[in-house]
Amino acid sequence: MLLLSLIVLPLIAALVAFATPSARARPLIVAGAAILHLIGALAVRSGDATLGGWFTVDPLGKLILDVLSVLFTLCALYGVEYLHIRKERDNRIFCVCLLTFLSMTTAITVAQHLAVVWVAVEGATLSTAILIYFNQNARSLEAAWKYLMIGSVGIALALLGSLFVAYAALHGASGDESLLFAALLEHAGGLSRPWLRAGFVLLVVGYGTKMGLAPMHTWKPDTYGEAPGIIGALLAGGMTSCAFLALLRVYQVMQAAGEGPFARELFLGFGLLSMAVAAAFMAGQRDFKRMLAYSSVEHMGILVLGIGVGGIAVPGALLHIINNALTKVVLFLSAGNIHRAYGSKTIDMVSGALRRVPLSGALFLAGFLAITGSPPFGPFISEFTILTGAMTGRHFIVAGLFLAFLAIIFIGMGSTVLAVVHGPISPAGRTTDFRDTFWRTAPLLAALAMVVIMGVWIPKAVYDLVLAAAATLEGAS
Amino acid sequence: MREAAASILILAVTMNFLALGSSNLKACIRAAALQGFFVSVFPLFFSPAPTLRLLGLVLVAGVVKAIVIPGMLYRALREVHIQHEVEPYLGLVPSVLLCAAGTGATTLFASRLPLMPAHRDLLVVPVALATLFAGFLLLTTRRKAISQVTGYLILENGIFVFAQLLHEAMPALVEVGVLLDLLVGIFVMGIVMNHIQREFGSLDTERLSELRD
Repeated sequence: MLLLSLIVLPLIAALVAFATPSARARPLIVAGAAILHLIGALAVRSGDATLGGWFTVDPLGKLILDVLSVLFTLCALYGVEYLHIRKERDNRIFCVCLLTFLSMTTAITVAQHLAVVWVAVEGATLSTAILIYFNQNARSLEAAWKYLMIGSVGIALALLGSLFVAYAALHGASGDESLLFAALLEHAGGLSRPWLRAGFVLLVVGYGTKMGLAPMHTWKPDTYGEAPGIIGALLAGGMTSCAFLALLRVYQVMQAAGEGPFARELFLGFGLLSMAVAAAFMAGQRDFKRMLAYSSVEHMGILVLGIGVGGIAVPGALLHIINNALTKVVLFLSAGNIHRAYGSKTIDMVSGALRRVPLSGALFLAGFLAITGSPPFGPFISEFTILTGAMTGRHFIVAGLFLAFLAIIFIGMGSTVLAVVHGPISPAGRTTDFRDTFWRTAPLLAALAMVVIMGVWIPKAVYDLVLAAAATLEGAS
Repeated sequence: MREAAASILILAVTMNFLALGSSNLKACIRAAALQGFFVSVFPLFFSPAPTLRLLGLVLVAGVVKAIVIPGMLYRALREVHIQHEVEPYLGLVPSVLLCAAGTGATTLFASRLPLMPAHRDLLVVPVALATLFAGFLLLTTRRKAISQVTGYLILENGIFVFAQLLHEAMPALVEVGVLLDLLVGIFVMGIVMNHIQREFGSLDTERLSELRD
């Protein structure tokens, strides 16, 4: 019951928000629903199942569900004041789409059926396309159109990939046609190999588009550049993690079918390419919101690279999901604050953020240090674990490239971030009266505190959950 | 019946070339609509024993693919007074040649995938993949939003053809998948297209080129 209500509650809240006439009350409904969702997500236990096993909580899903729920709650709390200062825009559709997004992404985390995962990804994609268009100007329209076209092709390829896997089951020796992951895992040995492989490649390209792996990442800079910071955070921390989960579920099937090495090679390739693309485009990036998009491409690359390396890098990658999502909250929301304070998001117009909005500027700087893997923040631990995995797995070239890309990205991202936060306040900063307030910074501080905790002392519950989830991914490799 | 099914698939593939080779947007949409009709009736000839359920799918898919969406695109075309695809990123002749090469390559690739006895000798997989490729080509190499949506429509036709291999065994999966993808995707694209037109007074995605590195 609890499990089902996690999916249904946001939808009911969406209906309530739609019917609420007061623009002030709607963001409060979103925040209220988010808090209830968070309580439910933390309370739900691995093993809870509903609807004949179509929705089940397993350690892997629970991990992503909790990350998603924390992320959404922080964004929703930030959103109350954000939507209040954006009074010129009607927020009815925005709030409805936010809650639909929460429902759909929750469904992705607990769905145990290949087709249900696909339907939920489709739903989440469509609701975010509308969210991206919140500013309703030419630039956000362009971003929404690109997101929609590229995303739709990705979803279509994921559908074809799912159909290929279904054909692999149909054609297989076992005669079991169920597309529940449990059934696929059980009969994995009997799946038709060529179909499974081809299906997996299509799914990696399809869901990889949603993750923003290079070379399917081209929607990301435009989308993250134009969408409100809150949507950037939800996409970069939530949607991408859910798409990654969808890939991991299929990866489990691949591994059970004895195709693990093939899948890992593919992951390694996409991971390194994504990091390389991010490193190339991060350098000299003048728009700091687009810079965050390339950072997201990089971290998606790190995630799949971790799985591709295998061994101890697998729990490292799972830890990195948490660290990436929390750090992205800090980065995107502080970037949004700086954007508001200056009315611009290029370093030609913005400098001196540490003086203009001290707290947001400091959070942006701290977020940068965290995401590039500096101690004592969480990403340092997870990236170091992945590196250790690469070394112990004797992937020396991968480890070398990994370090080189991290270094290049640190320098490239650093030059943009420092230009934003340091120096005297640029004239653009004096044109607005935007100030740091409690609700504009508290959710970010909370996220940063969690990132620090993840870097200093990982709570036992989180640690156990990550290990349990990693165990389901290591299988018979 | 099998010969009829095979001929229908050949006709469907031909439409790929027509859509890619015509600069007239009306002709392009017409080719996609015709293809939508062909792939929608294909299950009737392909399925060994057509059921009422299959008939329903054929009917819904046919109406949506051959009438509703092309109609919507035609209307958009009339409203913005455009007729021709101007300066595609890839010329018409190269894109047709590329489509031919793609069709050959997908046939080669498909021959490596083992099929169940009932599905052999029907070209379902090569046709599906070639159509998918043609749609992708149209979507990526044209400037007009209408051409891009037409490309998506063709891409979906390819998936629909492949899905028929599974309809007998997993009807619900196929129906939900192909219809949801098509209907909802195009529905939202229609809304956004509407906004593009209102914002720019045109459906040229070339105007959408402010965002770049």
